[in-house]
Amino acid sequence: MGSFVPNTDREQEEMLKEAGYKSFDDMFSCIPDEVRLKRPLNLPSGLSEMEAIREMEEISEKNVTFKHIFRGAGAYNHYIPAIVKSVTAKEEFVTTYTPYQAEISQGVLQSIFEYQTMMCELTGMDVANASHYDGATAAAESIPMCKDRKHKVAYVSSTVHPGTIQVMETYCFGSNTKLVQVPSKDGVTDMDKLAKMLKDDPEAACLVMQQPNFYGIYEDATKLGEIVHEAGAKFVMSVNPIALSVMKTPAECGADVAVGDGQPLGMPIAYGGPYLGFMAAPKSMMRKLPGRIVGETTDDKGNRAYVLTLQAREQHIRREKASSNICSNQALCALTASVYMAAMGADGMKEAATQSTSKAHYLMDALKKAGLKPMFSGEFFNEFITDCPCGSDKLLDALAEKGILGGLPLTENVVLWCTTEMNTKEEMDQVASIVAALISGKEA
Amino acid sequence: MDLIFEIGSEGRKLSLLPKCDVPEVKVPESQSRKTALHLPHVSENELSRHYSKLAKRSHGVNDGFYPLGSCTMKYNPKVNEIAASFKGFTGVHPLQNERTVQGSMEVIKKTEDTLCEIAGMDAFTLQPAAGAHGEFTGLLLIKAYHVDRGDTKRTKIIVPDSAHGTNPASAAMCGFDVVSIPSQDDGCVDLEALKGAVGDDTAGLMLTNPNTVGLFDKNILQITKIVHEAGGLCYYDGANLNAVMGIARPGDMGFDAVHINLHKTFSTPHGGGGPGAGPVGCKEFLKQFLPGHHVAGDENEGFRYEIETKSIGAVKMFHGNFLVIVRALTYMLMLGKEGVPEASSNAVLNANYMRTKLDDLYEMAYDTTCMHEFVMSLEPLKHKTGVSALDVAKGLLDYGIHPPTMYFPLIVEEALMIEPTETEPKEVLDEAIVALRALYKEATDNPEALHSAPHNTVIGRPDEVGAARNTVLRYQWTD
Repeated sequence: MGSFVPNTDREQEEMLKEAGYKSFDDMFSCIPDEVRLKRPLNLPSGLSEMEAIREMEEISEKNVTFKHIFRGAGAYNHYIPAIVKSVTAKEEFVTTYTPYQAEISQGVLQSIFEYQTMMCELTGMDVANASHYDGATAAAESIPMCKDRKHKVAYVSSTVHPGTIQVMETYCFGSNTKLVQVPSKDGVTDMDKLAKMLKDDPEAACLVMQQPNFYGIYEDATKLGEIVHEAGAKFVMSVNPIALSVMKTPAECGADVAVGDGQPLGMPIAYGGPYLGFMAAPKSMMRKLPGRIVGETTDDKGNRAYVLTLQAREQHIRREKASSNICSNQALCALTASVYMAAMGADGMKEAATQSTSKAHYLMDALKKAGLKPMFSGEFFNEFITDCPCGSDKLLDALAEKGILGGLPLTENVVLWCTTEMNTKEEMDQVASIVAALISGKEA
Repeated sequence: MDLIFEIGSEGRKLSLLPKCDVPEVKVPESQSRKTALHLPHVSENELSRHYSKLAKRSHGVNDGFYPLGSCTMKYNPKVNEIAASFKGFTGVHPLQNERTVQGSMEVIKKTEDTLCEIAGMDAFTLQPAAGAHGEFTGLLLIKAYHVDRGDTKRTKIIVPDSAHGTNPASAAMCGFDVVSIPSQDDGCVDLEALKGAVGDDTAGLMLTNPNTVGLFDKNILQITKIVHEAGGLCYYDGANLNAVMGIARPGDMGFDAVHINLHKTFSTPHGGGGPGAGPVGCKEFLKQFLPGHHVAGDENEGFRYEIETKSIGAVKMFHGNFLVIVRALTYMLMLGKEGVPEASSNAVLNANYMRTKLDDLYEMAYDTTCMHEFVMSLEPLKHKTGVSALDVAKGLLDYGIHPPTMYFPLIVEEALMIEPTETEPKEVLDEAIVALRALYKEATDNPEALHSAPHNTVIGRPDEVGAARNTVLRYQWTD
């Protein structure tokens, strides 16, 4: 069997004796007999490292990995610079925990302070927390930030990622919050309906919207923000961090909270996790933010120092009155995002964003020529929806045969496509020719 | 040291992306960013060195003893990292169809099955990302159960005053009122207080066992019975599971739902505060409420996803912190049926060894056999010398030891909570014992030196009050 217990049997016996026990059994006599497990665990025998690694490798090979990926919908296949993996593998970062002891955790604390700064820069906000579990939970936890005694009802646009809406619904079941979906029109939030819904509801607390939305389309966020604020509610934007390098910031759009998933910032798609939830807000909302926040201060000799701060918001102090129960978060993913942003720089981020949207437009044109029709006419970033008259499954199977993961099938004949800087013209041309062949009834 | 924004110069960059091979399309003017974007401008060399410097100013399990009570800072096996780096795991999209992710589904199924056996549960969800997230999920199951039965008056969750702060906070997030009950002098649940607290408004009880003072609550069967007889359910906070794996199971103690911290008990690294994973297990009758997708089938017939009939929905997008789960499964495969109880036995042995080598000097909050951790009260030392738990903790920093958890649980004055874990050799425990004994002597001989400790770290004690009063939460550019 495998073991990571260093002490030998003899050493264990000596230690038992020194601690005053005859045996392990004797030591465990403090556990009542009726709850002791009196049989071995029904598990396989342990393995050596070599066997374990072989087994895990074999399991991993049962997955199909695609060379070319045209699927996004919350998990984006961007380029990950080599330096990102090297830095985030450093064992000092990997094996430490929440930096409770500032004197020996300045490295981690400073890295979080730098991360907060970069997220504030991207979003235009004053304060960012040290991370949340993912974009969906960050969106869900923005709701209690916006609620008060008079404003209790949360609104979410139906153009937000359905997975995010589902998580919000689950959180709202917990907090007994009514969550209302705002309908869409032509692939964007229906502003007329939103204005009416909010006007009729004096208890409206907030609207959560996504920019670009689930269909890849740009919403008129500034206008949405105005409608929401006019109704006395708060405006929450769920945003794509790569797009933020070239797009209007949530601050420019008047958002009260910016949330999103930082996965595109250097994290592999990895079957959905770990990813990175981020949350940022203007200073006025600072004390309502959940999660860890690092602040700058000085030590007893006047040196610059970093500490966990504003802890009066948190569960270990406030208990049931805390702004959230969050404790462990996604710190190493936040570090990943920092290293990614530092490596890319502002110009690199803008280049990744511009290439992603440029390629999406190229692909849409190619697919149109191949016979697919876009479902909406709105301007889009790096995702868009087409019909699929030959059937989504048939098309995706044909692409899969060539090592291509096509877009996400939303229905039997509607597909959500995505591109990043990773997709080449050549592979997009190949996708288009496979589509054309299928539609014309000929083999590619 | 400098922030990354204070090094490098305008124009420095890495060579990462090729030229765009299609015509450029810009974001429409009406949507484009007007605010300048400040990000670092550094070469790869500078970037790499910056983080090497930061790494040197950090302390991980790899750097030395880390007996942070309640956090189970055990060694993180490197084999886990290799498994989590396989392309077959890192390169799959979460929304691929089932046929193409049989490997990922096998990881999930094997992990669920193993955790069921260790916890004595019937089903698990791997969706929760952390312990607190698991608590929230488990309490939602309890809420859904009562709501489903139309028993909507059950609005109260009972939490002992020794509980982790996350317990009451999680209960509040689930819309429950929190009823705090006092602990007995021996640190265990006061049965009379519990009997007085339960009623037809009790939704459930949250409990850690071994509890937060490191003791196994011997009345556990009576406790869960009292709650069940009142119609409530029992939730097991698995933060302390490392004490009892293969020795006793929450399911056999009468618990209906549990969470397990894979980053504590199952050796996945803590990452500076995450990502962890907080899978939630439950008994058969709660399975119908589990969130996310449930893996059915087996290796022969193939795995498939099912959604539970009365699912609470989803607590996270996709399938949880998947690569953390890969690491935990690798660890479980290596330990197997012999290694799992061996780990717990030695975690408890190491704690009792340290306890008995210190209890002549330091006051133990509960001077009896502990489980995987023990709590000392520095109240008598403080009374005698003025040296507090904080001072001793800071003194340990100069010995290269990460301090124990301080001032928790709240029911012990001047608490220091020590959890050595099973992966520390005897010599490391002995060194820590010597350090703690030396600090006790120093407290008596030269208390002033301890008030100003640490003396050998990169910074001295930081001004935390100032940090909260005059908040500087980001770097500001002057342009």
